[in-house]
Amino acid sequence: MKAKELLFTPIIQNNPIALQILGICSALAVTGSLKVTLVMCVALTTVTAFSNLFVSLVRNHIPNNIRIIVQMTIIASLVIVVDQVLKAVAYDVSKQLSVFVGLIITNCIVMGRAEAFAMKNGAGASFLDGLGNGLGYSALLIAIAIPRELFGAGKLLGFEILPLATEGGWYVSNGLLLLPPSSFFIIGLIIWGIRAYDKAQVEEPDFKISPNTKPAEA
Amino acid sequence: MANNDTIKKTLIVALSLCIVCSIVVSTAAVVLKPSQDANKQLDFNKNILAAAGLLTDGADVNELMKKVTPKLVDLSTGKFVSADDVEGIVSVDAYDQNKAAKDPALSEALSGDNDPAKILRKEKYAKVYMINGDNGNLETIVLPVKGYGLWGQLYGFMALGSDLNTVVGVGFYDHKETPGLGGEVDNPNWKASWVGKKMYTSNGDVALRILKGKAPSGSESEIDGLSGATLTTRGLDNLYRYWLGESGYRPLLNNLQKGEA
Repeated sequence: MKAKELLFTPIIQNNPIALQILGICSALAVTGSLKVTLVMCVALTTVTAFSNLFVSLVRNHIPNNIRIIVQMTIIASLVIVVDQVLKAVAYDVSKQLSVFVGLIITNCIVMGRAEAFAMKNGAGASFLDGLGNGLGYSALLIAIAIPRELFGAGKLLGFEILPLATEGGWYVSNGLLLLPPSSFFIIGLIIWGIRAYDKAQVEEPDFKISPNTKPAEA
Repeated sequence: MANNDTIKKTLIVALSLCIVCSIVVSTAAVVLKPSQDANKQLDFNKNILAAAGLLTDGADVNELMKKVTPKLVDLSTGKFVSADDVEGIVSVDAYDQNKAAKDPALSEALSGDNDPAKILRKEKYAKVYMINGDNGNLETIVLPVKGYGLWGQLYGFMALGSDLNTVVGVGFYDHKETPGLGGEVDNPNWKASWVGKKMYTSNGDVALRILKGKAPSGSESEIDGLSGATLTTRGLDNLYRYWLGESGYRPLLNNLQKGEA
């Protein structure tokens, strides 16, 4: 696969959240405000790219029966380093993200890519794949965070866009959008949109509901 | 490719991976520790100044902190104590009130009715911050407060003016409330609604109430609740009333008023 393909297919055609349905948990949790989302995206993209790189570098030496543990150790170490760097550099944001940076360790995308791609491909390709999947995750998270913050709090990146009725404006905010479940609706709508545009992603139904049978009139 | 699945190879890979990873992690932790601590302290100081209404955009926090004198208070008597008199406290600057609350020697367990703010353990000594005006008289006193909201403890400050009754500012530096609902404790408009409120009635009872919904306009001691955050509001009400009350800073404030602290 070419570098461009590795980098850009995960954004729409093979989006980790919309098609692979991975990493939903953090997509619900951190998308309440755009600023936090952006930092989370950078953190996750870094971790995915580098964990893919390192897993791929040692892939020929990983014993099969402990391969998941090896991947987890590499991922966990990277996440701790990222967390420490955030605390030292961007303290305010790291405070808002609190546990979610730590939870990147359990993010399915990171491990999914390590197991599915980095274990079988070269270091360069794996790095790009991790970067691409990180970008795909970021694209979707940003798409979720913008409506959530805009219609939930009337702001974007903390700047007031829709003046809230509670603060003398006209916009009555939608409280549901500030709560994590609202992401489910938005993710659902996005998946619907992507599949309407790219029919190849539509899955065959697992079973067919047979037509309603009317009992014969007695 | 050599066989990776022998016991020997498995052990070697596992061990060397652990060693490499632990070196990386501990290096990062050690190298970044000083700047993390500095960030934490800066953030803490900013919150003290913000509660006292001294923090302006672009102000030099370290310069402003020179005006602020931290002091230790014995919460049971309400008197100032010197760090030398208390075993287990090295100096006022080094004393961390939240850490002390976890230290059995410096705190006591609370339960049931004694613990409306659900703090579980109360430290015996509080660290309050005195800010004197140019004439040397007390201008603002910043009191640390904490208590349970909806998801976890809220940690913050409340600043009272020279009459030890009127609020100068409030703020939280650490909380886990829902962003947009309970998280609105950080909303500048809500915090501004505190300024000028009286915390005590004329006979010394705690007058503050955080109401569910809107406080009547012109009310002296009532604060609007946070809409959509009933439990956070209730937690706030409990924690402020607790810390303003007899088990909190009331004895200290009494003593200060009499000039006996």
